[in-house]
Amino acid sequence: MNAIVTVIGKDRVGIIAAVCIKLAEMNINVLDISQTIMQGKFTMIMAVDVSEATVSFAEVRDALAELGREMELTIRIQREEIFNAMHTI
Amino acid sequence: MMNQRDILSTIEMIDQQHLDIRTVTMGISLLSCCDENPEKACSKIYDKICRMASSLVSTCEEIETEFGIPIVNKRISVTPMALVAGASDTEDYVPFARALDEAAKECGVNFIGGYSALVQKGMTEADRKLIHAIPEALSVTDLVCSSVNVGSTKAGINMDAVALLGRVIKEAAEKTADRDAIGCAKLVVFCNAVEDNPFMAGAFHGVGEAEKVINVGVSGPGVVHHALKAVKGEPFDVVAETIKKTAFRITRMGQLVAAEASRRLDTPFGIVDLSLAPTPAVGDSVARILEEMGLETCGTHGTTAALALLNDAVKKGGIMASSSVGGLSGAFIPVSEDEGMIAAAESGTLTIDKLEAMTCVCSVGLDMIAVPGDTPAETISAIIADEAAVGMVNNKTTAVRLLPAPGKQAGDRIELGGLLGSAPVMPVHGEKSDAFIARGGRIPAPLHSLKN
Repeated sequence: MNAIVTVIGKDRVGIIAAVCIKLAEMNINVLDISQTIMQGKFTMIMAVDVSEATVSFAEVRDALAELGREMELTIRIQREEIFNAMHTI
Repeated sequence: MMNQRDILSTIEMIDQQHLDIRTVTMGISLLSCCDENPEKACSKIYDKICRMASSLVSTCEEIETEFGIPIVNKRISVTPMALVAGASDTEDYVPFARALDEAAKECGVNFIGGYSALVQKGMTEADRKLIHAIPEALSVTDLVCSSVNVGSTKAGINMDAVALLGRVIKEAAEKTADRDAIGCAKLVVFCNAVEDNPFMAGAFHGVGEAEKVINVGVSGPGVVHHALKAVKGEPFDVVAETIKKTAFRITRMGQLVAAEASRRLDTPFGIVDLSLAPTPAVGDSVARILEEMGLETCGTHGTTAALALLNDAVKKGGIMASSSVGGLSGAFIPVSEDEGMIAAAESGTLTIDKLEAMTCVCSVGLDMIAVPGDTPAETISAIIADEAAVGMVNNKTTAVRLLPAPGKQAGDRIELGGLLGSAPVMPVHGEKSDAFIARGGRIPAPLHSLKN
């Protein structure tokens, strides 16, 4: 099952590293990363595979949200179907 | 990799523009619960609802977590209770409402709808008993919603029922006078009621429906408003196109959630209701969409045309996004539940008469309107008759949900809390309609040719 992780907030050193370490701890594989600065905000979008994750989806969400709070970023994870449904026919 | 802009726009819609799934409603047939013994019938009702909907809330919460989209309400609709209770040998139908309430609380849902009767052509003994029990039932339960269908395009308008409902609404208001007549917020009087509506307070599970079904209502006035801000001053063709595209996206999300809920709950998918359902939150208002089209205040001249365009474009955009569309499908204009409508009513620009005109072109009717507490029952019946006539002649669903808050005068305010919001008390005409309502009988169904 693929999901999309979005990280939005103020740029700083080590964001990608921290998010990747957190994902690796939960055995979540990163499939793709794109990162940019939009309107002065750090914006990263990652496609990940959660099918081998060692914890439940809710726990992944909470762990990422917690990391976001620590780093003053907003980190979300959502299944990719929602984006496909809304933007492709 | 998916388009970055698309991903971020979805997140912005959810985060800043109040995009959500307004309701996932499980329809459950209670026809198998009929029993001559009323206590036995009530326990069958309770058991069946709890069995069918035990995992409704937890499943919806899982979907919320995984897709990151809020599902604001989880609800249940059931077979119109008059049809079920009619088999029982009892005068008192309040226990049936209590059974629904207890089952809803056990399942953890927000509301349960279907304490209903369909009397568009005539009233059975069971219908009469149920309608008389409504005020008491709504005052002793928390989550039960009630509706009565008093007219249809095919049957005409049952004016005896209309007269009765005026009195029932007054009584429901008096019984919940300490809570600003909240009982009336849970009672809808319909013309052309639909059998698969997921929205409260008018949801019930029609007799033509399956054993159980999942219906989903979407929302998103904030998203449409935001999209229209980007086309300021452009012609209406552009406005309509913009709304259609937005409605398509909103509905696709509804379809996804509906399919997912249906699969996980092992329950057939019924319909997606293409609606713009507002909330009292700032930025989630249908009135503000109409104002964005160029009206200074909702309710001024041009409002009906703006609403007609909005309503039609929402349907056109949504229809392709879902495999099955139904319910009420259209823009809702509940006054107390829409921050812009509240402001427009308080300024005096939006009146009941204008709202009646607006209901000719949108879903659903005179909804969540507070009127003075001393409004006579006959006047309320006459308002119902007017609104039912709009529905009957135009072959559409219309409804009335009025709150004659005891002790309140025009210009006062009632507070209902939560999604029900707050409403300024709006004036009604003082001239009497008593003799009109006293006639009773039936207004015949309209002719379907020679249309003008």
